[in-house]
Amino acid sequence: MKQKQRPLSPFMIGPYYKPQLTSLMSITHRATGVFLSVVGAPLLLWWLIAVSSGPDAYMAMQTSLGGWLGSLVIIASVFCLSFHFLNGIRHLVWDTGTALEIEKAYALGWVVLAGSLVLTILLSGALL
Amino acid sequence: MAEFQLPRHSRIGKGKTFKAPAGATNVKVFRVYRWSPDDDSNPTIDLFEVDLDSCGPMVLDAIIKIKNEIDPTLTFRRSCREGICGSCAMNIDGTNTLACTKPIAEIRGDVKINPLPHLPVVKDIVPDLSHFYAQYATIKPWIRTQSTTPPDRERLQSKQDREKLDGLYECILCACCSTSCPSYWWNGDRYLGPAILLQAYRWLADSRDEATGERLDDLEDPFRLYRCHTIMNCTKTCPKGLNPAKAIAETKKMLMTRRGI
Repeated sequence: MKQKQRPLSPFMIGPYYKPQLTSLMSITHRATGVFLSVVGAPLLLWWLIAVSSGPDAYMAMQTSLGGWLGSLVIIASVFCLSFHFLNGIRHLVWDTGTALEIEKAYALGWVVLAGSLVLTILLSGALL
Repeated sequence: MAEFQLPRHSRIGKGKTFKAPAGATNVKVFRVYRWSPDDDSNPTIDLFEVDLDSCGPMVLDAIIKIKNEIDPTLTFRRSCREGICGSCAMNIDGTNTLACTKPIAEIRGDVKINPLPHLPVVKDIVPDLSHFYAQYATIKPWIRTQSTTPPDRERLQSKQDREKLDGLYECILCACCSTSCPSYWWNGDRYLGPAILLQAYRWLADSRDEATGERLDDLEDPFRLYRCHTIMNCTKTCPKGLNPAKAIAETKKMLMTRRGI
């Protein structure tokens, strides 16, 4: 008798696996890392090239980033940098074998979330 | 590879509804995953209305009541009914746990019951754990020694060394943690997963075991060990309150120490 193809049990976060701080922060860490390398780093490169190319290039960059879309991209990059940086420290702490108890992991998680919002506001205020 | 939806033959459809008997006042709805190899249909979710006034306090009590009184074809694993055998591990209300130690009263709204995530389903809430057990066998989960056994007594251990096994030996291999881990969902073919890695560390931490070097050699692999990205779903879900994430971190530390870093 041929064995029937067995279905794969449902796993997706959201409808089948409860979203938790643990998995959500891990996914956000990845997403912010991707955003930083795809948008953040080129933005920084553009800025460096513009600065070293003289006043005209710098002004051109300023005007193209001056609108609301430019501000949005900058704020998003700043948030990604803040989150990825602070959560990276959380991961370094874990790598030493400390704060791996679920209560401490959650407490640090909330600190990272709050900290990255504060950093985003401070840095965006300074940049914009 | 990361995947975000079920293959076509695994998509879940609407199932049957089993109404509570007339006169039941304390009704709770159980939404249970159903699939049978005996017909050609996709999995479904059946709705069972259970009268809690004539039901025990735990989710397992309700499932047994459903099988006894409503639908005898409902298939699930259970044995000890006290959280020591690990048979009734399943996904309840969106997190993996043991049905026998999960009180119904802790669940708000309908009780959603699914098999452990991202495994092939044998029938209803019974998943195929063959691969999980095969992975367990690869870590050689027994004491390995080079020295000769003392002729007149057991291999002794100090109280302090014995304490290092606390939080490890209690693991019942129910697979709740491994099947809660997104990394295990997507790389479970090669990544050992939290349960097996905690078991591996249980032997690394045992003062009587003399194969630490070989055990570390076997684990030092980009997939077997290092697919752990400290997501911590494992520790969050463990029904025995153990900490696989910590055991994995300690294993990584041992590897670093061995390299002299």
